[in-house]
Amino acid sequence: MPSALQSLEIVLIKNSLLVAFAIMGSTVWISYFLSDRLTRGRLHGSAIAIFIGLVMACIGGIITNGKQGIADIAALSGIGLMGGAMLRDLAIVATAFGVKAEEFGKSGLMGVISLLTGITLSFLVGGTVAYAFGYRDAISITTIGAGSATYIVGPVTGSAIGATSEVIALSVAAGLVKAILVMILTPFLAKYIGLDNPRAAMIFGGIMGTNSGVMAGLAATDPKLVPYGAMTATFYTGLGCLLGPSVIFIFIRTIFG
Amino acid sequence: MIIYGTALLSICLLLGLTMGRILGNLAGIDADIGGVGISMLLLIISCDYLQRSGRMKPPTEAGIAFWGSIYIPIVVAMAASQNVLAALQGGAVALLAGTLTVGASFAVVGFFVKAGSSNSPAKG
Repeated sequence: MPSALQSLEIVLIKNSLLVAFAIMGSTVWISYFLSDRLTRGRLHGSAIAIFIGLVMACIGGIITNGKQGIADIAALSGIGLMGGAMLRDLAIVATAFGVKAEEFGKSGLMGVISLLTGITLSFLVGGTVAYAFGYRDAISITTIGAGSATYIVGPVTGSAIGATSEVIALSVAAGLVKAILVMILTPFLAKYIGLDNPRAAMIFGGIMGTNSGVMAGLAATDPKLVPYGAMTATFYTGLGCLLGPSVIFIFIRTIFG
Repeated sequence: MIIYGTALLSICLLLGLTMGRILGNLAGIDADIGGVGISMLLLIISCDYLQRSGRMKPPTEAGIAFWGSIYIPIVVAMAASQNVLAALQGGAVALLAGTLTVGASFAVVGFFVKAGSSNSPAKG
């Protein structure tokens, strides 16, 4: 007969999405409690929750050596489903409920300008860092620049122009660093950059671009801003994948040969 | 019925993601361009239409609002399933490329936000 612990494990693995709901609910509860008691609400509960999530991801990575953070532990695999693209997109689209379409239209042009600026800026800064570390070929410089855009633009661009797997891995890491920093820093920097209205959130989404970073960063700052930032950020990765291996690569190649 | 709202939300997302992929294919890349954004617009337009014609019932709204309101725990789950270890082990190039990009981006966001609001006197 299996022990009580084994029985529990079987139940947890078979019902992994429910495990995720239970754990995430508890995490949010603890975070709001800490926010209230330790910081008197100055640090938003969701910012603490997202930070705890990142710590969990780190622990999961150390234990399993996998790529999906805490979700690589079998009994916790439901967290991967809950935080995966399907439910995340469903929730993010639902946040647009009640928003007026004109709100997006008013800052539409600014959103487009922000997107192009954000993508160019990422390639510029990432590419400069690559150059400073001794990469002199256009392929590696472009790929690391692409990773600085998002961790999806990096590998897509890298494979399209034939980068080595080592450089592609670096580009993914650069994109992950960006996503995580945006999640953590946004609530602290929001007031200094005027991030407190829909228009600013659209600019923020367009320039940062990293979906996960923007969505979590805004949630931790002011959940009302989420749909606006998400609206522009959702175009960033696609545009980056479009411009990276084409216009931007050709431009960088004419400089570095 | 609550399910009507959730069904409407799902249909908007499925249509939006498909349109995003079609846009990507037209541009010659195997990725989606703006799928979530298009879905949001579809949801806004269809809800507006239903509200105007008086067919949007409170339970239908609840079927949409529920998903928007559990957005934060979903984002926490997303954070918990990121490859954080790879980011930390990426070495100096990755750390510096990511960090400097974020720093420069925050500065540019601040500049854009301020530049825009001083140009529009209506905002005062």
